[in-house]
Amino acid sequence: MFGYYLDLAMRSLKRNRMLTALMILAVALGIGTSMTTLTVLHVLSGDPMPGHSQQLYAPQIDPQGADSKTPDDEPLDQMTWIDGMNLLRAKRADRQALMTGGAVPIQPDNAAIDPFYTKARYTTADFFPMFEVPMLYGHAWRGEDDDAKARVAVISAKLNEKLFKGEDSTGRTIRANGADLRVIGVIGDWSPNPHFYDLNMGDYAKSEDVYLPLATSRDLKMSRSGSISCWGNGSDAEEALETESCIWLQFWVQLDTPAKAGAYRDFLVHYSQEQKVLGRFERSPNVALLNLMGWLDYKKVVPSDVKLQTWLAFGFLVVCLVNTVGLMLAKFMRRAGEIGVRRALGASRRAVFAQLLTEAGIIGLVGGVGGLALALLGLWLVRKQPDGYATLAHLDLPMLAFTIVLAICTTLLAGVLPAWRACQVAPALQLKSQ
Amino acid sequence: MLKMTHLAKVYRTEVVETYALRDFNINVKEGEFVAVTGPSGSGKTTFLTIAGLLETFTGGEYHLDGVEVSKLDDNARSRIRNEKIGFIFQAFNLIPDLNVFDNVEVPLRYRGMKSAERKQRIMDALERVGLASRAKHYPAELSGGQQQRVAIARALAGSPRLLLADEPTGNLDTQMARSVLELLEEIHREGATIVMVTHDPELAARAQRNVHVIDGQVVDLAEDPRFHANAHLVGANS
Repeated sequence: MFGYYLDLAMRSLKRNRMLTALMILAVALGIGTSMTTLTVLHVLSGDPMPGHSQQLYAPQIDPQGADSKTPDDEPLDQMTWIDGMNLLRAKRADRQALMTGGAVPIQPDNAAIDPFYTKARYTTADFFPMFEVPMLYGHAWRGEDDDAKARVAVISAKLNEKLFKGEDSTGRTIRANGADLRVIGVIGDWSPNPHFYDLNMGDYAKSEDVYLPLATSRDLKMSRSGSISCWGNGSDAEEALETESCIWLQFWVQLDTPAKAGAYRDFLVHYSQEQKVLGRFERSPNVALLNLMGWLDYKKVVPSDVKLQTWLAFGFLVVCLVNTVGLMLAKFMRRAGEIGVRRALGASRRAVFAQLLTEAGIIGLVGGVGGLALALLGLWLVRKQPDGYATLAHLDLPMLAFTIVLAICTTLLAGVLPAWRACQVAPALQLKSQ
Repeated sequence: MLKMTHLAKVYRTEVVETYALRDFNINVKEGEFVAVTGPSGSGKTTFLTIAGLLETFTGGEYHLDGVEVSKLDDNARSRIRNEKIGFIFQAFNLIPDLNVFDNVEVPLRYRGMKSAERKQRIMDALERVGLASRAKHYPAELSGGQQQRVAIARALAGSPRLLLADEPTGNLDTQMARSVLELLEEIHREGATIVMVTHDPELAARAQRNVHVIDGQVVDLAEDPRFHANAHLVGANS
C-alpha cells in the first residue's frame, strides 16, 4: 500500500503546487536555520576523543596561598612545575602526561625554505598513547627519553611534507631553536577539536607541528607560551618557573575505570594533605577530577551565543512547523469529499491517516533537501565570519543524515493533527453534501 | 441479505432530538432489486448510508449478510464496505485527479489485490459498462452518463454482493438515465442484490419491490392513514 500512498501523495502535491511550495518552503527555512546553528553547536561541542573521553581526566589541585583565595574558589586549572612533576612521577594513573605549549624557530636544511616559527608541544611520553595519536612513520619517545632529556622530536605530517616532502623522515634531524633534534616519529592526521588538552592556545586551535620531551624543552630553553598565573612571591620569569608558585603546565591522566578515578581523586586529596603538612599548601585540600567532556563544560568551551542561537533557530523551526500544520490542515480538509469517497469504497480511518501522513513525509523529505541546501549556504556564511571556530563549520555525513531525518520526523509530527482531523471526516455527511 | 429491525437513528442537539429513522424495519433478500421511495427528508438517504455502514445507528438491529454490524469497529466496517458493498451515488463521486482506470481501481487497492488481478477486474468492469476505450480519460472529459457508468464499473469491480444506489439517474437526462437503468437491470439479472433510493416513480416501477419511507418509517401505502387522507382529498377535488 505504501507505493499507492506515495503515488497519491505525488498527485496531490502536484495538484496544489502553490500550497505545496509554501509548505516545502516553511519546512526548508526551519530546517535550514536550525541545522546551520545545530551543526555549529555540534562541531563545537563534539567529543574530541570519541570512545575514549570517559577515561581521560584533568586533575586539579589548589596550591594557592591562604590569603589568595576565597573559600568557594575552584581548584586551579593548571599545575605548578613541582606539583606536575610530583604527580607525574607518582604514576598513580594508567597513563599521565605533563605538558605546555610554545613556538619554536625551525631552520630547514633546505636553503630554499626560509626559517620559520611553528607551534610546538613540550610533553611527556604518555601523551601519544593516552591521546591515541596516530603515527604515520616511526614512533613516539619513551619514558627514558623524558628522563634523559633526549634530543628527539615527533613532527606533524604537515611539517614533514614541508621539510621532507612527505618522505619517511625518521632518523633525520630538524634544527629547532638552534638545537638538532632527531625525528623519531611523524604523526598522521590528528587535530582534535576542541584543542582540549591546552585550551590556553585557543579553544579550537590546530594541533602542533613539533612535539618534544618537556625536560628537553626546558634544557634547551625553548620558548614557552600560554597562560601563566603566579601568587605570593612567585615570579613568572622563565628561569624561575620550575621553583616558584606559578601555574603554567597542563596535566592529564588516563583512568580506565570509575573505581580508578575514585581512587585517583582520593590520591589528590591525600597529596594535598601531604603538601600542607610539608608547608607548601596552606589551605585544606581542594581538588577536582573532571573527565574530558566535563572539563570542556567547566571551561565553557562552547560559546554561549552559539547555544542561544541554536535555541532561537529551533524556536523558528517550531514557528515554521506551526505554519505547515495550518497549511496542511487547509489542504487535507479541502479533500474531505475525496476522503469521504475513499471511506465509502473501503478505506479505513487508518488507511486515510497513513495516506495523508505519507504526503506529509514527502513534504518533509523535499523540505529537508531544501533545508540541507540552506544549511550548506548558512555554514558557508558562518565560515566567512572571523570567529576562531568558523573554519570548523562543515556539515559531516551524520549531520547530513540527521538533517533529512529531522525534516521528515518534524513534518510527520506536524502532519499528525491535520491527518487525524481529515480521517475523522464523516463519509456520509460528505457524500450527502455532494 | 440486509435486515434492519426496529432500527432508529436520532440526531441529538442540546435542545432537540430529531428522529431520522424510527422503528425502521426492512428485509431485503439475496438477489432482490428493491426501490426505496419517499418524499425528501423522509430518511431514505439516511437508511442508505446506514445500510452502507457509512453511518452508525442509535437503536435496533442491523444484520448484513448474517452479521450484526453494530459492534464492529472501523476496520471491520471498512472491510465489509470494501468487499461486500458497492456504492452508486447521484453525484457520481468520481475522484477528479484520477483517470477512469484509477477511479475504478480505488476499492481494489484497499483490498490489497495483486496488480494483475486488479487490472483484469478493472478492464472487465469497464468492458461491461462499455467504457474500456475511455480508461485513460479523466472524469471531466466524460459526459454525465459516462461518469455514472464509471461509478457503476467502480462499484462492480470488487464483485460486491450488495449494490446501494442513491438516485443513480438523478443527475442524468432521460436517455442517459434509461441506459444506466438498463445496466442496473442487467446487473440484477446476473444475480446482484440492489437497493436503490429514488424519487422517480418510473424508476421505482422497474424494481421488483418498492419500499416506501415516510417520516423515518417504512409504511404500507395501502394502510397508511396519511395516504388515505391524501387520496380522499384528491378524490374530493376531482
